[in-house]
Amino acid sequence: MNILSLLILIPLLTVVGILLVKSDQLIRKITLAGSALQVIFASWLTAQYVSLRHAGATAQMLFESSRVWFRPLGINYHIGVDGISLVMILLTAVVVLAGVLVSWKIEKQVKEFFFMLLLLSVGAYGFFISLNLFSMFFFLELAVIPKYLLIGIWGTGKKENNAMKLALMLMTGSALVFLGIVGLYFASGWFGGEHTWDIMKLSHMHLPMNVQVILYFLTFIGFGVFTGMFPFHTWAPDGHSSAPTAASMFLAGISMKLGGYGLLRVATYLMPDAAREYSWIFIILATIAIFYGALATLMQKDLKYMNAYSSVSHVGFVVLGVAMITKVAFAGAVLQMVSHGIMTALFFAAIGMIYDRAHTRMSNELGGVLKQMPFIGTVFIIAGLTSLGLPGFSGFVSEMTVFVGSWVHTGIFYRVATILAAASIVITAVYILRATGFAIWGTITRKEYALLKDASWNERWAAVILIVGIVLIGLAPFLFMHLINADVQEIFNHLHAG
Amino acid sequence: MTLDNIVLLIPLLPLLSFLLLGLAGKHISVRFSGVIGSVILGASLVLALITAYDYFFAIGKQGGEFIPYLTAQLNWLPFNSDLSINLGLVLDPISVMMLLVVTFVSTMVHVYSLGYMKGEERYTTYYAYLGLFTFTMLGLVLSTNIFQMYIFWELVGVSSYLLIGFYFSRPSAVAAAKKAFIVTRFADLGFLIGILMLGYGAHSYDFFTLIDRLSHPGSSYLVAMTGASFLGMSTLTWALILVFIGGAGKSAMFPFHIWLPDAMEGPTPISALIHAATMVVAGVYLVARLFPIFAVGAPDALTVVGYVGAFTALFAATIACTQTDIKKVLAYSTISQIGFMLFALGVAGWGPGKTEGFTAGMFHLFTHASFKALLFLGAGSIIHAVHSNEMKDMGGLRKSMPITHITFLLAALAISGIPPFAGFFSKEAIFSAAEQSNPIIYWVGLIAGTLTAFYIFRLYFMIFWHKTPDAHAHNHEKGEWAMMIPMMLLAVGAVFGGFIPFGDFISATGKPLELPIELSHIILPVGLGVLSIVAAAILYRKESDVPQRIVNALGGFYRAAYRKFYIDEIYLFITKKIVFKLMGRPSAWFDRNVVDGTVQKTGSLTIALSHAIKRVQSGKLQAYTMYFFGGVLLLVVLLLYKFA
Repeated sequence: MNILSLLILIPLLTVVGILLVKSDQLIRKITLAGSALQVIFASWLTAQYVSLRHAGATAQMLFESSRVWFRPLGINYHIGVDGISLVMILLTAVVVLAGVLVSWKIEKQVKEFFFMLLLLSVGAYGFFISLNLFSMFFFLELAVIPKYLLIGIWGTGKKENNAMKLALMLMTGSALVFLGIVGLYFASGWFGGEHTWDIMKLSHMHLPMNVQVILYFLTFIGFGVFTGMFPFHTWAPDGHSSAPTAASMFLAGISMKLGGYGLLRVATYLMPDAAREYSWIFIILATIAIFYGALATLMQKDLKYMNAYSSVSHVGFVVLGVAMITKVAFAGAVLQMVSHGIMTALFFAAIGMIYDRAHTRMSNELGGVLKQMPFIGTVFIIAGLTSLGLPGFSGFVSEMTVFVGSWVHTGIFYRVATILAAASIVITAVYILRATGFAIWGTITRKEYALLKDASWNERWAAVILIVGIVLIGLAPFLFMHLINADVQEIFNHLHAG
Repeated sequence: MTLDNIVLLIPLLPLLSFLLLGLAGKHISVRFSGVIGSVILGASLVLALITAYDYFFAIGKQGGEFIPYLTAQLNWLPFNSDLSINLGLVLDPISVMMLLVVTFVSTMVHVYSLGYMKGEERYTTYYAYLGLFTFTMLGLVLSTNIFQMYIFWELVGVSSYLLIGFYFSRPSAVAAAKKAFIVTRFADLGFLIGILMLGYGAHSYDFFTLIDRLSHPGSSYLVAMTGASFLGMSTLTWALILVFIGGAGKSAMFPFHIWLPDAMEGPTPISALIHAATMVVAGVYLVARLFPIFAVGAPDALTVVGYVGAFTALFAATIACTQTDIKKVLAYSTISQIGFMLFALGVAGWGPGKTEGFTAGMFHLFTHASFKALLFLGAGSIIHAVHSNEMKDMGGLRKSMPITHITFLLAALAISGIPPFAGFFSKEAIFSAAEQSNPIIYWVGLIAGTLTAFYIFRLYFMIFWHKTPDAHAHNHEKGEWAMMIPMMLLAVGAVFGGFIPFGDFISATGKPLELPIELSHIILPVGLGVLSIVAAAILYRKESDVPQRIVNALGGFYRAAYRKFYIDEIYLFITKKIVFKLMGRPSAWFDRNVVDGTVQKTGSLTIALSHAIKRVQSGKLQAYTMYFFGGVLLLVVLLLYKFA
């Protein structure tokens, strides 16, 4: 068996494990062990990958393997990883582990909850290692449905409406993606000589421009819905506001990145001519998302809405980086996916911890968190500082990379887009510091808040794991840059070869 | 230990202090945390002194010229094969001078805080933040790369934010911290875009590569960046003006000065360290770092620096004359003095006989650090004793606070430019440079200098004279050695700092530069300074109603200056009315009602549609029969139409 399949197998075995036992505590422990094992395995895999590259492995994808899944339609279980997929896998493993830790105290239907969470992660892992569009789509869907249930059952507030909105909008996105990949399948037969779903094979085919254009828009918009691209982002604020903490972490931390990865690997890589010709449209949408998303964030009093809108703005940098189609911008987009994934998970974790205790997420009703709960307050501040792009944390590195990559274009259009995107970091500072000032600093607003306890062990571990990730990228970005450099170069070369 | 290791340790020691006190603070007895921080900083100061000696007297000079010494290079964020952010440390005359200033003032502030912050609830955290700030400031000073400087630039901003907001249960402190961060962040946007332009134009972010490529007439990079013009200025001029906007934000130049007076919400030793001696001069340092590019590639940008500096010097000095909170007076004084440093750089140029302004500006930065830190520490010890910031609560303190009185007086004489105190030498150099190249700036500077002597002695007389001393007042300074010794050491700098042959060490070109002092130049500024002091003595030494009468006579102008020329109100209008009301609120509304409204409407329309269609499946046999016959009829009609 191929070693990569372990990425899917470990969470699946964990699922089997929790289905077999009865005690809630045991379920928690098994899930925790499984997710921790996955982090270790993903790190080991990365180390293996790096040493193989050092030893001179030149194949585009490593650990590649292919099994026939359904021959009549040419569907294979074709897997393999490059640096880009590896960092996404690491991201997923870390966020899932932190999510499990944060959800330790959930009492309602524990088995089902962790079952859903693990199922989501299987979807994400499968998605990132797939090299066959059909199996990729299969895993993408696997990562959508459980979200509906997670919000619908364990959520709060207007959860039915919000869960429904999220599921339907994401379904619409996947429908577009599906049309796109089916289109690719048939186009490959008509113009490339062989019907295939295989990304590697498709990348060598030269499809006619008008076909590329249609498929480019279908897949870009489809995956764009997942990233919360303007104007298809409204599932995000509502979905997050109702989602339980771990689901929010997963949703913004990983699910939005499935979209970003698809934009790069499918929409841009497989339709290079169309991307070169039409990506400017998405530069506009990304810039709107970044700038207008930040402005809309300014007015949010609910901390979860704040972080959700802020995610729309931050993930805009991913779309911007992909649409700028330069090598450095691609690298920036990948780094931003990882950085934002961890940062937003940390933010939602901190907000969740505050909400669990104070039973409110309104920044104007809170106050004095830092004084009463120094650990949680500090976590919030660290997440905030990462969000506003403070050097030393990951956000700075990725945003700067996107800016430097965008500045390669000299046209006034690109300049304006970049400057507007850069201007958003000022607005980010405003909303982050306002929220910090109101909710975290100051004095406690209600007498009963004086009884609140600081973070418990599981919450501390979750926060520490995520902070280590943020700081590692922030302090040693060259590690990640070396990991993805050759792969973004490959995508870039592919775009500018023909 | 090699010099490379020593240089690396200078910033790392304060970082260690931060990590130790920040992460393990709970396990360290409160009594020791301050001492630990101070000892570590003291070690850093010693290493800085060794480094300075090594650099200035052993390794720095080659062929009669100081050249940069680079160490600890790291390729930190590679973008392309030819473009990356490198980290590293550089020793050159200005960075070594800044090393001394930062470690010295920081050590003084560490020691002073042992007394000043005693009994504070978050005493250990305070020292941790002090370590963090010192680390980031040293990192900024030693940067070899403009992006590296930007990194530390942001980090000093955040340490400043944490320290201004140190008393975070006070809403005014929270607001001030936020304001400081956001205003400087806004200015940093300019810095960032400037960096992107420079990096794109010169294919490097390294300072010395940038200087090499952009300060030699005829270099292809320079030609490319000065060739195209946009709105009448070359790309390089734009880039440097944008970079300078970042500097102006950090250095509190008009119109970004508004954050600094509010930043006085932080503990007073912090004001001395961050908001007087070190961080706020980062903008000056930035311009000095890029000086060859400014002077050769974009003299227009340098002129902008000069006028902004001169205007701010006068503008802030005017406001300082009207304020009643002693820390606010000192804050405006700082803004004004930094204006002096910047216009000194602004009037300098490239080539023999033109670079005096550069040395003068750096000299003033150096002397200002000691006397302004001293003034703030003096203010701190007064506030510590009186428990108020307002001048009206003070008066006649010379008896009960003798050491504070004498050191404050020395610092006041230094800032007024009275010989032979430190400020005299640096200010003379500035005036001499300005007189040669720009008469407007010279006269503006002269008026600002005159006002300086007036406002500082107004402050001095109001605090220490003005009222008859209470005969039975006990000595407020008894036992406060931790606070008094740093003040005395700084006073040494304020008195003797000017005698250093500064031009021998620091010049734009690296070659020694003579700073001549001519009697004919001295008479006017010093005479005006003395006159101002006399005027302040007449008005404020004794209680009288004359100052009030003058205020009444000045009427509207006084009120405008007292209200800081309403700049804060203008900002408030822009943020509250324009950003929040006209941009934020409509965006949020549009998103909820139009974008999401469409989504929700699509949903409800689908439901409505399905309700409509659902009627068809009513389950009534008659209805189905009707549909059936209707269908048959339709088909018959169609067939007839088609075939008949």
